[in-house]
Amino acid sequence: MSGNMNLTLKVWRQKNAEQKGELVTYPVANISPDMSFLEMFDVLNEQLITEGKEPVAFDHDCREGICGMCSMHINGRAHGPNNGVTTCQLHMRSFNDGDTIVVEPWRAAAFPVVKDLVVDRSSFDRIIAKGGYISVNTGNAQDANNLPVPKVDADKAFEAAACIGCGACVATCKNASAMLFVSAKVSQLALLPQGKVEATERVQNMVRQMDLEGFGNCTNTGACEVECPKGKIILFSENFFSEMRRNFFLK
Amino acid sequence: MSNSELFTSSIAKKYVMALTGLFLISFLVIHCTINSLIFVNDGGETFNEAAHFMSHNIVIRILEVGLFFGLVLHMVQSLILTLKNRKARPVAYAVAPSNESSKWYARSMGILGSLLLLFLVVHMSNFWVPTKQAVFADLEHNSFEAMKTVFAEWYFVAIYLVGVGSLSYHLMHGFQSAFQSLGLNHKKYTPVIKTVGFWFSIIVPAIFAAMPLAIYLGVIE
Repeated sequence: MSGNMNLTLKVWRQKNAEQKGELVTYPVANISPDMSFLEMFDVLNEQLITEGKEPVAFDHDCREGICGMCSMHINGRAHGPNNGVTTCQLHMRSFNDGDTIVVEPWRAAAFPVVKDLVVDRSSFDRIIAKGGYISVNTGNAQDANNLPVPKVDADKAFEAAACIGCGACVATCKNASAMLFVSAKVSQLALLPQGKVEATERVQNMVRQMDLEGFGNCTNTGACEVECPKGKIILFSENFFSEMRRNFFLK
Repeated sequence: MSNSELFTSSIAKKYVMALTGLFLISFLVIHCTINSLIFVNDGGETFNEAAHFMSHNIVIRILEVGLFFGLVLHMVQSLILTLKNRKARPVAYAVAPSNESSKWYARSMGILGSLLLLFLVVHMSNFWVPTKQAVFADLEHNSFEAMKTVFAEWYFVAIYLVGVGSLSYHLMHGFQSAFQSLGLNHKKYTPVIKTVGFWFSIIVPAIFAAMPLAIYLGVIE
């Protein structure tokens, strides 16, 4: 088919967490511009299996841009060159025929490589387990206007809740800091009346776990905002950081 | 939260960085104001009077001790934070992230801070040590003459220009980042803080830079 591309991939191959990995070069031919980046990787893996080689392990699940499983660092950018999309929603039309594409896993001490491009992001789960919830049953949905919530706060909480926990913020931060993730998870609850009650303890517990997991510190460079696939979080990220930092010392 | 976490938590450490940073910024305002008195151009009379007051006033003396501790805390804490940040990414990317969201100086605070520390060693040995010696020996120290002696040498002028240049870039990120680290973010006031911070980090270092230049070029006598 015309318009199809031939590409050179440099992919991080690593057998397991213990062994050292390296970039391995693979040529792929006849790639349709309509393919998603992950479909292009499916083609590569078919090719490797045919050649009797080990296919590349990579994380993916919904392939609709909402689950947060895919996690590739493409040409120096988390989720690739486009803004506001996950790797599965990145399409090959964003590349040109003859391009060389370097694909690496998320790099962070708190995200150890499991195999190839798969990293272990259970550190995020452990942070959530320390307080990313409301610890009592808040009952059924209230009647409208029964619990007055300012429109601005409701909007901000909603944007915070858009975080899918993919870890692109950690991957792109020069300090591998998890501030955007944690502050979004804090703010989606702290901004609403049901979540406000436990706000301070929640922040303290989640931050304690965040530090234990070995994430770095936020230096306010805003790199996380650029790579977040859920674009609207960035509108309020500084707000979320503040929400978190203010709540930290309240008790 | 245990009390010890007031010092060990990552959020608390950034609070310390911000508070000490803002304290050091307040010192800059005083330092810059007093030293600007050389521009009165009266042979340093006004300036020496102010310098005498600063080196003999008990409140200022106590604040000086506080300033020293603030500076040490700022340096030690930044070292601890930087080491932890380095450890957070043991394997580097083959293709480094593009960093389009921030300027180079925002990502080089450690290097700029180290340059400032080197500058401070030179600066303190030029002025602070001789002043102290004079005060302890109960002698009158002519700070203005000291400035004229130091800034007669081109290499001292060069070192001071590099020093205030580093200060400018360090402040360019540090000023507004301090407020952000304290959780002070506001739709209306944050842009004001950023603008004030930008002009502060240009104007104050520019005034400092004008002092060695003016003396070296003989504008002030």
